[in-house]
Amino acid sequence: MGPALPLGDAGPYVAAAYLVFLALVLVYVAIMAAKLSRIQREIGELAELVERRGTERDRGDVDDVTAPAPAGSGAPR
Amino acid sequence: MNRHTFSRGLVPLSIASVVLLVGGFAMVFLYAPSDADQGFVQKIFYLHVPLAIVALVGFVAGGVYGIRFLRSGDRLHDLRSYVAIHISLILAVGALVTGSIWAKASWGQWWVWEEPTLVSFLIVFLLYACYQPLRFSIEDPDRQARYAAVFAVVGGAFVPLNFMAVRAAESLIHPRVLSTTGGTMPGSMRITFVVALAGMAVMFVTLCKYELTSKHASFQLRALKRRLAGEDDGWVPVRRSAAPQL
Repeated sequence: MGPALPLGDAGPYVAAAYLVFLALVLVYVAIMAAKLSRIQREIGELAELVERRGTERDRGDVDDVTAPAPAGSGAPR
Repeated sequence: MNRHTFSRGLVPLSIASVVLLVGGFAMVFLYAPSDADQGFVQKIFYLHVPLAIVALVGFVAGGVYGIRFLRSGDRLHDLRSYVAIHISLILAVGALVTGSIWAKASWGQWWVWEEPTLVSFLIVFLLYACYQPLRFSIEDPDRQARYAAVFAVVGGAFVPLNFMAVRAAESLIHPRVLSTTGGTMPGSMRITFVVALAGMAVMFVTLCKYELTSKHASFQLRALKRRLAGEDDGWVPVRRSAAPQL
C-alpha cells in the first residue's frame, strides 16, 4: 500500500464513490417510479373497463324492462 | 396472496433508512477521524464495506428463503428469495465499483487480480448474475421456482464458505477491518461504521419491501385482468418473466 494521498487528490475518489452510491439509489428510485406509473395506468384502464361494463349492464337491464314483450307471452305490454 | 400486506411498515422503514444513512455519512465526514495510514481516501470504507457485507448477507438470506420455499412450496418464499438476491446484486455492483475506486486511490490500480478478496467477491457476483437468466430460461413457473430455489441455496452456502476460504488465504493486501480480535478501529470510527452498516441494512430491507409491494401490486392487477378476461371468455397471456409468478 502506498503513502496516503493528500486531501486534494483523495477528494475526487471519495466523491466519486459516494456519487456512485447515490446514482445507484436514484436509478433504482427512477425504475420504481416507472413501475408505479405503469401500475397506476393499468389500474386506470381496469377501472374504466369496469365502469364501461357497469354502464352496459345497466343499459341492458333498462332495455330488458322497456323492450316490448312478445305477443301472447302473458307479460304486460 | 391477499392476506399479505407487503407495504406494512414501509414508511417508518423508509424514514429510518434516510435518517441512518444521512446520519452515518454525516458522521463519516464530520465525526470520524481520518485514517493515519490512508488519509482521507479511507472514507470510502464506510460505504464500500457496508455495501459488501449487506450484499453478501442478502445472498445468504436468498438461500434461506430458497430452503423455506423447497420445504413448504409457498411461492411467497420464492418471491422473497428472488427479491433478496435482486437487491443484493444491485448492492454488489455498488461494492465492486466503490472498491475499484478505492483500489485506484490506494493501490494505484483499478483492479488487483492477485488479491483473493476482490476476486472472490467478483466470483460471487458473477455467480449471482446468472440467477436471473436462469429463471428467465425456464418457462414453467413451478420448475422455475424449484430450480431457482436450489440455485439460491447452493449459492447461499457458497458465500460463507468463500468468505472463510479468503480469510484463511495467505496473500492479503486487502485490509482486515473486522476480525475475531475486535479489529483495530478506534471507537469513533467503529461507531460511525456501525451506523453506516445499520443504515445500509435498513435500506436493504426497505428496498426489498418496496420491490415486494410493487410485485404484489402487479400480481393483483394481473389477477384482476384475468378475472375480467374470464367474464369475456377471453384470455390474458402471461408475459414470460424471470420474476416469480404467484
